[in-house]
Amino acid sequence: MSAGTDAAVIIDGPDTIFANLRARTLRSGIVLLAVLAYLSYTWVAFDMNGLIDSAKPERAVLLANDAVAHKVHVTKSMRTGETKVAIEGERTATYETPPSWVETGDDSTRVILGDGYEVVIFDNAIEMYVPDYGTITASIIDNRIETILPEGKAPPDWLRAVPSKFDARPDLRKRVQMSRAKIEVHRYFTGWENFFFPFNSPLSTYSFMEVVSLIFNDQRLDPEMANWRLVFDTFWENPDWQHGNVFVALLETLLMAVLGTVTAAFVALPLAFFAAQNFSPSNIVRFFVRRLFDLLRGIDMLVWSLIFIRAFGLGPLTGTLAIAFTDTGELGKLFSEALENTDEKQVDGVQSTGASKVQVYRFGVIPQILPIFISQTLYYLESNIRSATVIGALGAGGIGLMLVETIRTSRDWENTLYLILLTLFLVIAMDKISGSLRKRLIQGRNAQG
Amino acid sequence: MKDSLLNQTVEIEKRRRLYSLAIVVISAALLVAGYKQANAMNSGHFLDGLKKFFEYPGEIVREAFQSGSEFPLLLYKFLPALIETLNIAAVATLLGGLFAMIFAFLGANNLSVWPPLVPISRRMMDIMRAFPELILALFLIFVLGTSPVPAMIAVAFHTAGALGKQFSEVNENIDLNAIEGLQSCGASWFQRMKFAVLPQVLPNYLSYFMLRFEINVRASAILGFVGAGGIGAELRRTIGWGQGAGDETAALFLLLIFTIFIIDQSSSYFRTKLIVAESGGNT
Repeated sequence: MSAGTDAAVIIDGPDTIFANLRARTLRSGIVLLAVLAYLSYTWVAFDMNGLIDSAKPERAVLLANDAVAHKVHVTKSMRTGETKVAIEGERTATYETPPSWVETGDDSTRVILGDGYEVVIFDNAIEMYVPDYGTITASIIDNRIETILPEGKAPPDWLRAVPSKFDARPDLRKRVQMSRAKIEVHRYFTGWENFFFPFNSPLSTYSFMEVVSLIFNDQRLDPEMANWRLVFDTFWENPDWQHGNVFVALLETLLMAVLGTVTAAFVALPLAFFAAQNFSPSNIVRFFVRRLFDLLRGIDMLVWSLIFIRAFGLGPLTGTLAIAFTDTGELGKLFSEALENTDEKQVDGVQSTGASKVQVYRFGVIPQILPIFISQTLYYLESNIRSATVIGALGAGGIGLMLVETIRTSRDWENTLYLILLTLFLVIAMDKISGSLRKRLIQGRNAQG
Repeated sequence: MKDSLLNQTVEIEKRRRLYSLAIVVISAALLVAGYKQANAMNSGHFLDGLKKFFEYPGEIVREAFQSGSEFPLLLYKFLPALIETLNIAAVATLLGGLFAMIFAFLGANNLSVWPPLVPISRRMMDIMRAFPELILALFLIFVLGTSPVPAMIAVAFHTAGALGKQFSEVNENIDLNAIEGLQSCGASWFQRMKFAVLPQVLPNYLSYFMLRFEINVRASAILGFVGAGGIGAELRRTIGWGQGAGDETAALFLLLIFTIFIIDQSSSYFRTKLIVAESGGNT
């Protein structure tokens, strides 16, 4: 501080600079410490230690495996004595003649599980052959399952054998289960089964080229309808994948986002004039319109959705209105700020030609805020397609609800993955379209002006 | 010559107006058709719903009044749930913001961290930004169980992408003279970032950060509804009970709306102050 105050006005001396720097370093240190303290508080508040203990990472592995593979069940019912081979154990996907890896004998069924593993199913017992280990036998005696391991071997860690249940899962691709009621053997195969045509349809065994040639063949497979119609209907109404329903759900989500955003934009624009200082007829009107925007924005999308679900039930209209209400507030605020930043000269210029009030707005104001109008609307459209999936999950319908339901039943993870991929595709496609549209429209305007 | 120019201008203007008119008409038609379609797909219809629109808010307000003096107690009862939602949003914004800063520095062309990383970090930000929070949250809830953490991670993931993009735009618009000045005295990369870049970008970062916190509070509340805890989970419980729990639902609505209002107003106040301080400091 040796330099006088007069000198400090022109340029800070090194002492001042270093003092400022020390103060700044100290300040950022304090902020950093505060953040760290807060994070450690939330570590406790979120019970992270308990969470790490109770997390089920094996579920993620299971899910990843299940999402890209399908399993075929070989099931023997103890009650009827029947043995069935079916994809995912579904009645509609039962093999008439078992596949080559299932050999049916007179009193036993041999299932080849791959990698050298084999299971032979007897009347009420199984023999499981494990390479480099030996044969595990499990049989039902007096209503109890008795497991016999090869002599002198310790039980493997993938085997759970209690008197009520036998469950062997040597790896993710094979599983053998036995209870008093049934024996079930699962073998996994990579790929999504029957993605195009259901198992029991005549088309399920066709190759791609055969399907193409069928479409152009005049000879009708089904006398009721043309072949292309048959192919499309079989695909569209596939009961496992429900392509038709999924498409409608995606459409609902898209509809919610587009309609909601466009409605919000067109309601917000005229209201914004009343909320902008330089256009509003009176301060009282301005005050109330601004509070209306605050209210619409403040009653969050979550609350709007819940109210609209009560009033309008399930469907895209509900989601549309929830988005439209919230975003009228958001966009109204943005547009009114843009209006307050417009250039007076252009307005004066149009006014000086004797233009009417509407003409002044049309030619003096709108061209100035159009780029902001378009770019903000497109930006909100982008983010609303994500919001629409979440609102859907609350109960408004669309792809969000479908996702929640398939995950909650956690039956077929391949269906979930299919939905996730489609949703991602929709979101990213909207992102790209709106991004390029925004760039082109705004650049086009700049080039013109 | 002059005449033809005038004619041409008039012609262009006419065509432009025709285009504008066409765009307006087509959008209006699409809007009407869209609403018709949405109405047809909806389980309840617009006109029936309109009558019921005030019924539900009316019902919960009535029940809230009936509970009388117990209503403030309800507000107090749900305070922990609100704090949990706020914690989810705050931690997600902090962690997401940290990653966003890293991505933004790696993804900015002018900061020369390591050029091959620029496109990679930009693509990463694009993907993270596009990823719907719902999907990640549902997946993590399945793996980790019902807890605030899945929502926190899901929101942080999206935040890293969204803030990262805004931060990197800030980074690209900085004044490079300060960096060059420091470089000429032999400052290291870290010193250049600390003394030349951070002072320039931090006010803008802070402003985007506050805006994002507000967005994240809303997102955390919604994700609670699908099983991530906090105020959304409480809402789902009380709404699931149906009639009789209207006072609790009203309390939750009130807490949520009030909180968002406070955050919205204070963040816009501080942001205006930051911008004023920023432009005041520069001139």
